[in-house]
Amino acid sequence: MSAFSRADNSVFGRWWWTVDRWTLVALAILIGIGIILIAAASPPVAARHNLADFYFVKRHLHLLPVALVSIFGISLMTPQQIKRCAVLVFGAVFVLLVLTLLIGSEINGAKRWIYIAGFSLQPSEFIKPLFAVVTAWALSEQIRDPKFPGVKIAAITLGMLLSIVILQPDLGQAFVLTAVWLVQFFLAGLSVYLVLGLVGAGVGGIVGAYFTMPHVTSRIDRFLDPSSGDTYQIRRSLEAFSNGGLAGRGPGEGQVKNVLPDAHSDFIFAVAGEELGMIVALGLVALFAFIVLRGFTRAMQDHNLFVMLATAGLFAQFGIQALINMASTLNMMPTKGMTLPFISYGGSSLLAMAMGLGMALALTRRRPGERSIS
Amino acid sequence: MTVKILAGKSERVAAETARLRLMIGGAMFAAAFLAISARLVDLAVFNQGATGPQLASRFVVDPAPMGRADIVDRNGVLLATNLEAASLFAKPHLIPDIAQAVEALLSVLPELDPIEVAAKLSSSSRFVWLKRGLTPDQLYQVNRLGIPGLEFETEQRRVYPNGALAAHVVGFSDIDNNGLAGIEQAANQNLTGETEALALSLDIRVQQILREEIAAQIETFGAIGGGGLVLDVHTGEVVAMVSLPDFDPNQPALTTEDQRFNRMSYGVYELGSVFKLFTLATALETGAATMDSQYDATHPIRIARFTINDYKPQARVLTFTEVLRHSSNIGAAKIAMDIGGPTQQQYLGDLGLLTRTDIELPERGAPLYPSEWRDINTMTIGFGHGIAVTPVHLAAAVATLVNGGDYHPPTIYRHEDAAPIPTRQVYSSATSIAMRGLMRMVVADGTGGKAEAPGYLVGGKTGTAEKNINGRYERGTLLTTFAAAFPITDPKYVVIAMLDEPHGIPESYGYATAGWTAAPVISRVISRMAPLLGILPADQFVPTTDQLVATPANIFGSYIVQQSAAN
Repeated sequence: MSAFSRADNSVFGRWWWTVDRWTLVALAILIGIGIILIAAASPPVAARHNLADFYFVKRHLHLLPVALVSIFGISLMTPQQIKRCAVLVFGAVFVLLVLTLLIGSEINGAKRWIYIAGFSLQPSEFIKPLFAVVTAWALSEQIRDPKFPGVKIAAITLGMLLSIVILQPDLGQAFVLTAVWLVQFFLAGLSVYLVLGLVGAGVGGIVGAYFTMPHVTSRIDRFLDPSSGDTYQIRRSLEAFSNGGLAGRGPGEGQVKNVLPDAHSDFIFAVAGEELGMIVALGLVALFAFIVLRGFTRAMQDHNLFVMLATAGLFAQFGIQALINMASTLNMMPTKGMTLPFISYGGSSLLAMAMGLGMALALTRRRPGERSIS
Repeated sequence: MTVKILAGKSERVAAETARLRLMIGGAMFAAAFLAISARLVDLAVFNQGATGPQLASRFVVDPAPMGRADIVDRNGVLLATNLEAASLFAKPHLIPDIAQAVEALLSVLPELDPIEVAAKLSSSSRFVWLKRGLTPDQLYQVNRLGIPGLEFETEQRRVYPNGALAAHVVGFSDIDNNGLAGIEQAANQNLTGETEALALSLDIRVQQILREEIAAQIETFGAIGGGGLVLDVHTGEVVAMVSLPDFDPNQPALTTEDQRFNRMSYGVYELGSVFKLFTLATALETGAATMDSQYDATHPIRIARFTINDYKPQARVLTFTEVLRHSSNIGAAKIAMDIGGPTQQQYLGDLGLLTRTDIELPERGAPLYPSEWRDINTMTIGFGHGIAVTPVHLAAAVATLVNGGDYHPPTIYRHEDAAPIPTRQVYSSATSIAMRGLMRMVVADGTGGKAEAPGYLVGGKTGTAEKNINGRYERGTLLTTFAAAFPITDPKYVVIAMLDEPHGIPESYGYATAGWTAAPVISRVISRMAPLLGILPADQFVPTTDQLVATPANIFGSYIVQQSAAN
């Protein structure tokens, strides 16, 4: 850390001394473990798709520099720039999201992907961090200027996003969007009764989905009563953790990746449990928890309500996704197609997460001299 | 409206609220991550998977190769075992030059089909078998080619060191070690994953003798097949079982159905006159006849549209013993009628002749007999026609005749000393002793003379039957059988020899009957096997065989002495 003098006034120097380096280190470790796990888990998956053994590893390694540059570049921005850019980019991604419904390609019965200039993108991944910033902007703006219809904007935007995402259908994303939105509303001072009411509505939404959407019905049935259907994947996943024990079977020595179709993405935590063992898996959980709580702490220390809400929203999104992925893998909740941030393979997920963390790092940079409310 | 939804009044108050609520939110996240950690510890440490079977233990990288127990004979000689063999497979996408690889492979494995190999290596699949069960030398040669993408997997290969010798009993298994015939199939479950060898009742030395002698006789008489059995009369153990033609179980794919057919346990045959033994024993047992009974064999019996005739008509009144000595069909038919159909059927059932045997082979034939047991059937079955059984049936029933009257189900597994022997009393010991005398008479002074093995006191009965082919008895296509027991004073073993379609030769004066074809096999087999099994020749201790038979217990002994004196 002594490579840059405190007096270094270059762009990088200033960045280095103001950015939250603890989060950076945690993120770097996470990315490193991610590379190891994708290298371990993806060759059998590639083989099943008749791809070269290291196809997914190479793609991941090609995208990582892009992700790192994005994190760095975005984190250079000021909160004001973040606010403006996020709102603009949100508009653009929203258009893509609508286009996905119209011209997207269907994979496994869901329209989530859109092809642009030779790249396949999943706009719903990118919309999540952007929406967190948009909501923070709308809510903080209303508090600053009560005439500003921030609550309405946030509510209508959520409604539109939910209707698109549910039409895809992608309930996992709908769940994350709603949960982050609720967290931000809660932080913004939503009255306790309304919090309870909205949580109730959320539960009602899940129950409604259970009765109206067949694939949701089946997943929840299988979770509640394993004998009611095929729980092969989740059983294999649990066995992986048992087989791994404390120290794991060693990198590359696992079996679960040979049988799980999504071993490199949705079930990569099971590969971690089997090959690296419980201790490393606990370390992973601790890393995620550290990043989330560190982010919340930085948010608490801030004085700008927009920064607080946006930071909390971004870290909440990061944490909720990690929790959903790990809890699904451990059979603590019904399985959801959700990636483990920076660990799972997945281009859109990686780049969107990089964007989110970049924004979060930008917002949590120390801003000496700035003193709260204008 | 706004104020109602958001409690914060000013930005500063709102920030304070947010700070407090961030702590609550953070605490909830912390709790959630702790719950994940607890679940992880639970799964990895305490719960060895409450949800079904485990993957392989974490210390075993590959699943252990599936073991299969050896099969040994009663003295521990290996009949089936496993050898590790390398199997060659290819990962076509790793092979740089397929044409060159095909050429190189064929230079060391010339038996491969070049077109097939090329097709396999050009396929888009990621794994193709090329050849399974390579010899160590072939493994070395292929390795030396140094072609990437050619790999080996060690497999357990089933090997039968004795080849065809006990092929029908041992059976064979497929390349994945699933038993497909014989004991390999019957005991598939018990053999899989076991380490202790499975001991059969066979004595491979006796098996070898029997096979050699049957094969020689098939050759001599130009028969299409044959078989033989040696059965321990006191335990029901099958000491030898030969069915010819046979096959090499190491190469099951190269065999024909006829080779794989077990004539001894699976084939059912009308065995002819050997059945007269059961007729006479049942007559003595039930009192339907005594040794002094007489039967008029002057004329053939005409019943319904059939005529029952004798092979060598004596055309006179025959005594009970002469019925057997001359193998009179007319006499046996009359004795059977005196016994009566229901009683005859009951005794044949007690002898196990009307149901499948209990032998532990998958290849077990079911007896054939008329569903409605009329008088004509009683008569023909009395001399062994109109009923078809397997030679294993015959051996177990003959053992019952001579061992004191107890039926023991035939078994292919070695009898362990402590284990009880299933027993069903069919005849009294008096009947059994009488039958020994009668059987000895057939060999010493009847149609079975060529079965005599000097010193070993053979008793037995011939059976020559015309084969029933497509519902017609074909004159000239014979099935000849000899059922013997020895030493007849205290029988230890039943020996059966059977020839399928033997043809007369000049040395037999054109005869192909059992006395000429099957009986000599008995003589040679007993002469060779008795010393191996520790049975001493009787002549060393007893002046004449006849005197030996004439023990006080032998109610029939005096007859033999009389007859011998007369000869």
